[in-house]
Formats: sequence, C-alpha cells, structure tokens
Amino acid sequence: MSEGLHLENVTIQFGGLKAVSDLSFHVQPGGIFGLIGPNGAGKTTVFNMITGVYTPTAGKITFNGIPLPGHQPHQITPLGIARTFQNIRLFPSLSVFDNVRTAMRMHLTGGMGQALLRGRTWRESEATVETDVMDLLEIFDLGKARCEMATSLPYGDQRRLEIVRALATRPKLLLLDEPAAGMNPTEKEVLMRLIQFIRDKFDIAIMLVEHDMKVVMGICRRIVVLEYGVKIAEGTPAEIQADPKVIAAYLGTEGEKG
Amino acid sequence: MKRYQAQFALLAALLISFAVSQFSGRMNDYYLDIVLTAGISVILAVSLNLVNGHTGQFSLGHAGFMAVGAYGAAIVSIELGPQLQRIFGSGEAGVGISFFIALLIGGICAALCGWIVGVPSLRLRGDYLAIVTLGFNEIIRVILQNTKPDGVFGGALGLGGIPATTSIFWAFGAAAVCIYVVSSMINSTWGRGFLAVRDDEIAAGSMGINTTRYKVTAFVVGAFFAGVGGGLYAHQKGAINPEGFNFLKSVDVVVMVILGGMGSTVGVILAAIVLTVLNEYLRDFEQYRMIIFSLLLIIMMIARPQGLLPATLFQKKGRAA
Ligand SMILES: Nc1ncnc2c1ncn2[C@@H]1O[C@H](COP(=O)(O)OP(=O)(O)O)[C@@H](O)[C@H]1O
Ligand SMILES: [Mg+2]
Repeated sequence: MSEGLHLENVTIQFGGLKAVSDLSFHVQPGGIFGLIGPNGAGKTTVFNMITGVYTPTAGKITFNGIPLPGHQPHQITPLGIARTFQNIRLFPSLSVFDNVRTAMRMHLTGGMGQALLRGRTWRESEATVETDVMDLLEIFDLGKARCEMATSLPYGDQRRLEIVRALATRPKLLLLDEPAAGMNPTEKEVLMRLIQFIRDKFDIAIMLVEHDMKVVMGICRRIVVLEYGVKIAEGTPAEIQADPKVIAAYLGTEGEKG
Repeated sequence: MKRYQAQFALLAALLISFAVSQFSGRMNDYYLDIVLTAGISVILAVSLNLVNGHTGQFSLGHAGFMAVGAYGAAIVSIELGPQLQRIFGSGEAGVGISFFIALLIGGICAALCGWIVGVPSLRLRGDYLAIVTLGFNEIIRVILQNTKPDGVFGGALGLGGIPATTSIFWAFGAAAVCIYVVSSMINSTWGRGFLAVRDDEIAAGSMGINTTRYKVTAFVVGAFFAGVGGGLYAHQKGAINPEGFNFLKSVDVVVMVILGGMGSTVGVILAAIVLTVLNEYLRDFEQYRMIIFSLLLIIMMIARPQGLLPATLFQKKGRAA
C-alpha cells in the first residue's frame, strides 16, 4: 500500500487562496500518470509540494512510505524523485555536459577533500561520472552537443536536456511539467514516444502535467483532473474523456480543437 | 604525467616563487612592495571570486575578513613569536614555520568569522548578504578602533613592530595555493555545484544540491584566504591599523572581481595585478581614484558585463577536467 507516491487530503493555502484543496491520489511504481486541468488549476503547485519547494498547509504526502513535507528539495531528490520545470530551468552558464554532470554529484562519495587532493579515487569517480553522462547524452541524441552552452540549444533540445538532467539523478519517479509546451505536432509525437521509451528503459514512474489532450490521452495509464485546486475526476483516459464534469470544465473548449 | 597536472602546476609555482624570492634582495624596495601587494591582491580577488563570481553571491566585506586575519596573524607573531621560535628554531626554517602558523591561525580566525556571518545570512536569497557583510566589515573596524591603545589590538593606532616576513615566496606561494584550491574546487563534479547554485538555485536544489551548504562552503573558504591575505599584508607593512581595512578596501577587491569577469580565474588574476599597479600610479590622485574606478565599472557593465576575458578562456569545455 505504501509503495509509490501517495497524496492524502493535501491542501495548500497562499494567503486567502486555496491553490490546492483536499487532494488525494496515488501514483504506482512504473507507468505514466497524468495530471491535467485548466491554467491556474494548481498542477505546478502539486509538483512544488511533492519536491519540497512548498510545504502543504494540511495533508500527507509519502513516497515509498517516507513522509515528504518538511524535507528540503535537495533531500527529496535522493529519495528518488526528479522533475523538470514548466519554464525550462537549465544552468545557462554551463555546457550541456556540465548541466547533466551537476545532477551526478549526488552519486559521488567524496566532496571537497577529494576534489582538492585529486587522487586516484577522485580520478576514477570523475571518469565514471563522465562515462555515465556521455552514455545518457548519447541515448537522447545530445552527445554531439555536449560542449555547447545549454541555453544555446534549440528549444526542443533544451526540453530534452532538462529531462536528461533529471534522469541523471536516477529517479524512481519523474515529474514532467508541461514538456510539450511550445512544440509543434511532429515534435509532440516524438516526445510521446520519448516518454514511453524512458518509462521502459529506466523502469520508472512518470507523472505528466500536460495541456495537450492528444499527448495525455495517448500515453497515460491513469489521469487526475484538477479544477481550481479541487480534484474533479480520476480514471483511465477513456473514463476521463467520457466524464461530463471534465468535458464541461476542460475538454469542452480544448476538445473542439484537438 | 597528465594525471597530476594540477599538483605539478602548484609545485612549479611554489618553486618558482621560492627561486625568484632569493633575488628579491637586489630589487628596489619600492618595486618589491608593489610586487608583494600584487600577490596579496591576487589572493584577495581570487578568493572573493569564489563567492561573488563562481557562486553568484554578493559579499561586500572582504576587507573585514582580511582585518581578522591580519590582526590574528600579527598577534600570533608578536605575542607568541619568541615561544614559537624557541620550538622551531630562529633560523630561516624556524621563522618560516612560525610565520606559516601565524598565517594559518589568521586564516582560521577569518574562516570562523565567515562561518558565523555566513550561516544565518546565506539561507536567505537576494541581497541580504551584501548588507550583512558590509555591516560586518564596519563592525570589525569599529570594534578594533575602540580597543584599548595599550592592549593586544592597539586601538585606533593599530599594531606596529610586526616582523616583515612576507616575501615574494610567501605572497606568491600563498597566491598559488589559493588559485589551486579555488580551481580544483570548481573543476570537479562536486564543484560544478557552485556554478549551478549561481545559475539557478531552485533547479540546483532539485538536482540534489544543498544550496545553503555550497554557499557557506564558498564563503568560508573565501574568508579563509582573505584572512591569509590579511596576515601577509600585516607582515609586509610591519604595521596595521583599523582604517586600513575599511569599506573602500572591500570595494577595491569587488572591482577586481567585476573587471576580471565574475567567475573567470585568469581574468580576475590579471585584473588584480593591473589594478594594483594602477593604484600606485593613481596614488597622487587619491581623491579621483574612486571616480575613475566607478567610471570603469559603469563602462564595463555596459560594454562587457561578462568581464574583460571570457570565462571559458583556458578552461576545458565539456569533458571532465
Ligand atoms: N507562491 C505562490 N504564492 C501565491 N500564489 C501562488 C503561488 N504559487 C502558485 N500560486 C497560485 O496558485 C494557483 C495555481 O497555480 P499553478 O499551480 O501554477 O497552476 P497550474 O500549474 O495548474 O497552471 C494560481 O492561482 C497561482 O496564482
Ligand atoms: Mg503550471
């Protein structure tokens, strides 16, 4: 029962605004889980509570049985949760290689002492990191760009690099915040296949916040729908698409286009 | 032996400083003084660059830490010098060991102050650090000024009779160690965390980087070398007073870091040397110095905000160092 991510009656209040109220859901290990809802529904806020950026006002969040609120973001990452950001947040002054390398830091044994002595153990662990980073970059077709500055990459590659950087922390749960934003239909198609590939290759759970219904319905096993911070529906893509509340709140406008 | 490249470079720098130091007796005292000041400026600028350049914080109190190190080292030399030399001998080696201990104690005192100032203020984001460090700088100066004139700190008149042990070897040897430490920190997977913290604290946190700890580490290491620089300064001049470590001294170091291009070690070293020499030439125009520096800064901010040299110059791109 405690496997995976559990939210129980989670509420967060910003001043007078309840950005998320009484939200409960469960993300099982493996599989792709969708979190959708109109702009301002509280999706990013949910990610921020899971990753320790915000602390919920009430409710419980656990990951594999470990309660998350009260932990700092850097303490939550080693538990196996990684994320990307709605507005890409790569390290602009670092190369593609170094962006991923910073995420590998966690798996090093030595810190400052080893970096200063630069002895054999240090060299070996740096070599391992280098191989691991290059392997990851090659898998995602970014190997050739390793020396480029991260923010000089084309937009789609930046999104992909942010996912690679998150994967470098070796998560068991990957949170993607609107990864398809700003992409054209072909790019979205590629992204869908990429997300499925990540799930299979790394055997991890993925939680996806996305506006594009085709993407969400195409790859998610289960979906939770938020509106004004309240869960209005949960189920399989077929159930969600047939839910009159969802259609009224969300698909009504989006559905006509897509 | 490419593996030990960094260590060899450090060793070579130490040996060269030592060799050159042997000929310093033939140098004109005036020029020797400028050369020593340049070496000390390099230490101050490279160490502040770790905080302001690499880690993206804004410390304005480097002279405060310099003062702590200067007084710490000077007091060790004055009060404990005879005892230390009784233990280690009063030959060249004994004096060297005693001086080393004095510098180390000065550096440690400054690092301790850095930790005390840094831990509470670095938790906060934004410009608090600039205000707190500026305050620290002034508090140290005022406290020193108000000590008893006949006490160990010497009050407003300061301390005199400090042995003039600082030589080219000590100034440039310490600069080499400082450069080695800062570059080794930055050029490692662990050390890339400093740059990540500078670029984006939220993203760094979500990569598992303890941003507060990185900031405190940079700050304490920076304060340590400021203290060592202060100790060298005290043993260069032979006399120190609180006014020598005022806010303007901190601004001088900040200017070096900005002109050198926040984060570029080579640029900051060059800026430290050039500005030291320039300072000498502007000595007669003391009252205009700040105006000239301010203008230089404004022009820099407009024309080349990244500094005179690109940060990537001489720095290996991509693959691990
Ligand atoms: N730090 C904050 N302070 C105040 N209000 C916030 C904060 N973060 C988010 N909100 C509010 O919470 C609501 C949900 O925002 P968000 O989670 O970003 O929505 P979504 O990602 O679903 O578009 C919005 O009304 C937003 O203004
Ligand atoms: Mg959002």
